Amino acid sequence: MTLPETESPPFVSAVPSVAFPMAPFRLSGTVYGCLMNHRPALAALGEAASAAPYKAAPKAPVLYVKPRNTLAGDGARVVVPADAAELELGAAVGLVIGRTACRVREADALSYIAGCTLVADISVPHDSFYRPSVRFKARDGFCPIGPRVVPLVDPDALTVRVFVDGALVHETATGDRFRSAARLLADVSDFMTLAPGDVLMLGVSHGAPRVRPGQQAGIEVDGIGRLNLHFVAEGVAA
Amino acid sequence: MKTARVAYAGAIHTARPHPQGLQLADGRVLAEADVVWLPPFEVGTIIALGLNYADHVKELAKELTVTTKDEPLVFLKGPGSLIGHRGLTRRPADVQFMHYECELAVVIGRTARRVKAADAMGHVAGYTVCNDYAIRDYLENWYRPNLRVKNRDGGTVLGPWFVDAADVPDPHDLNLRTLVNGEVRQSGHTGNMVSSIPALIEYLSDFMTLQAGDVILTGTPEGVVNVNEGDEVVCEIDGIGRLVNTLAGDAAFGVNA
Repeated sequence: MTLPETESPPFVSAVPSVAFPMAPFRLSGTVYGCLMNHRPALAALGEAASAAPYKAAPKAPVLYVKPRNTLAGDGARVVVPADAAELELGAAVGLVIGRTACRVREADALSYIAGCTLVADISVPHDSFYRPSVRFKARDGFCPIGPRVVPLVDPDALTVRVFVDGALVHETATGDRFRSAARLLADVSDFMTLAPGDVLMLGVSHGAPRVRPGQQAGIEVDGIGRLNLHFVAEGVAA
Repeated sequence: MKTARVAYAGAIHTARPHPQGLQLADGRVLAEADVVWLPPFEVGTIIALGLNYADHVKELAKELTVTTKDEPLVFLKGPGSLIGHRGLTRRPADVQFMHYECELAVVIGRTARRVKAADAMGHVAGYTVCNDYAIRDYLENWYRPNLRVKNRDGGTVLGPWFVDAADVPDPHDLNLRTLVNGEVRQSGHTGNMVSSIPALIEYLSDFMTLQAGDVILTGTPEGVVNVNEGDEVVCEIDGIGRLVNTLAGDAAFGVNA
C-alpha cells in the first residue's frame, strides 16, 4: 500500500489572533482550565464531594488542557454537536503569563502575569467530574479567547457577565475562590512551568448558563471587553 | 528514515543515525553523548491513553472504578512536560510511587477530521518512543488523571528518533520493554492494545481535528514499578528506538527537601 503524502516536520500550529500590545505579544496556544475553584461550585455538590467516586474534596487545583483544536477568536462560530441539545458556556478570566513561571511564590505571582483576557470555556454538559471524556471539553472550537489582553487590574475582583441573545443571564465575580489568582499560579507552577503566552483560567463560576443552536452570546468583563460568540447546529453551513 | 532534533554547538539541528552515533545535516558526525537530544519533532497536542493494554488494566484493577468498555480513556498534556532522550526528570524526595510508562507514540502527519479507521493510517507520519511518567501519590479523583500526576515538568520523555511510518510495516507487531538500571521491569507487545491506532484516530478525529505534529501516546502494558533518584530508565520499542532517561533529585532542581 502506498501512503498518501504527509506533511513532514517541522509542523506548524495556529493560534487565534488576539490583540496583545505588551510582551510577549502573542499567545503560545497553551491553555489550561481550572475547575472547582469557585467555592459555590464545590458547595453545590454537598456531601457528594466527599463520597465515591471523589472520596474527598480536591486538594490540588483541578486542571485540564484546552488543546489547540479548541482555540478560536472573537466572533467565533461554535458548533453544537448533534447529540447535545445545549452546551455549557463557562465564562472565565484568563491569566496570560508574561514570563516563565516555575515554582513562583504567591507573593510574587502576579508579577508573572502579563495581563488578562476573556476565555469562553465551552463544554458538553456532564454530571461527573471523576473522569469525564475529553470529548466534552476538547471539541473543535470549544475555547474562544479574546478579544484582547489588557494589563492586569485586580484579577480577583472582576465582575463577569454573560449575555445570551441580548439578555443578561449570568453575573458573577472572580472572587470567592479557594485559590486567588496569585495562589493558583503558585500552586500550578509548583509542578508545571508556565511559559510566556500561556493562558491559565482562573476558573469558571458556578451556574454557567446553557446555550442552544441559533443563539448569540457574549462574555463581558469591565476593563477587558466583550467576547462574542454564536452557536450553530452541527451540519448547518457557515 | 529516522531523524532526530538535537542541539549542538550553538544551534538546533536535524540529525540522522550514523554508525558512530549520529550525523548532522551539515555533515558533522557526533557521538550520542555529544549532543543535547530534543523531542524529535515539533509537538502539537499531546493526547495520552489510560488503560489501553489489557494486562495493565488487570494490574491496576484494585483502584479502578471505570473501564474502557464505553470509550477510550483519553487525557491531554501540555508542552511543558516534554523532554528529549538522555534528559533528567525530577523525582521529588517525598513521594512513594513514581513510575515510568513505556508507550508507542504515534505522530500525526496530515490533518484528520472524521476519519474512518480504514483510512486512518494514511494520517500517520511516523512513530517515536515515549516514557510517560506518573506520580501516583498525587492521584485525586477529580478530572482523572489529574495534571499533578501526569503533567509534570519533564515527565513526558520523547525520542530519540522520529521513524517514518513507511519504515514500520505493522505498528501493532512491536515488542516494547522498560529496563531500570539494566534490568527488564516491563515488557509488552503493541498487539495487545485495547483500542488500536486506527480505532483511536477514528474516535478522536470525530470530535477533535488532529493536526500534523499532534501525538497519540498509546498507553502502557503491565509492569510499572517505583523508580528512585539516580535510576536509569530505558524504554525500548523494537525498530523505533531506545529512549534513555535518568531520575534526578530535588537538589539538582534547586528544591530544598
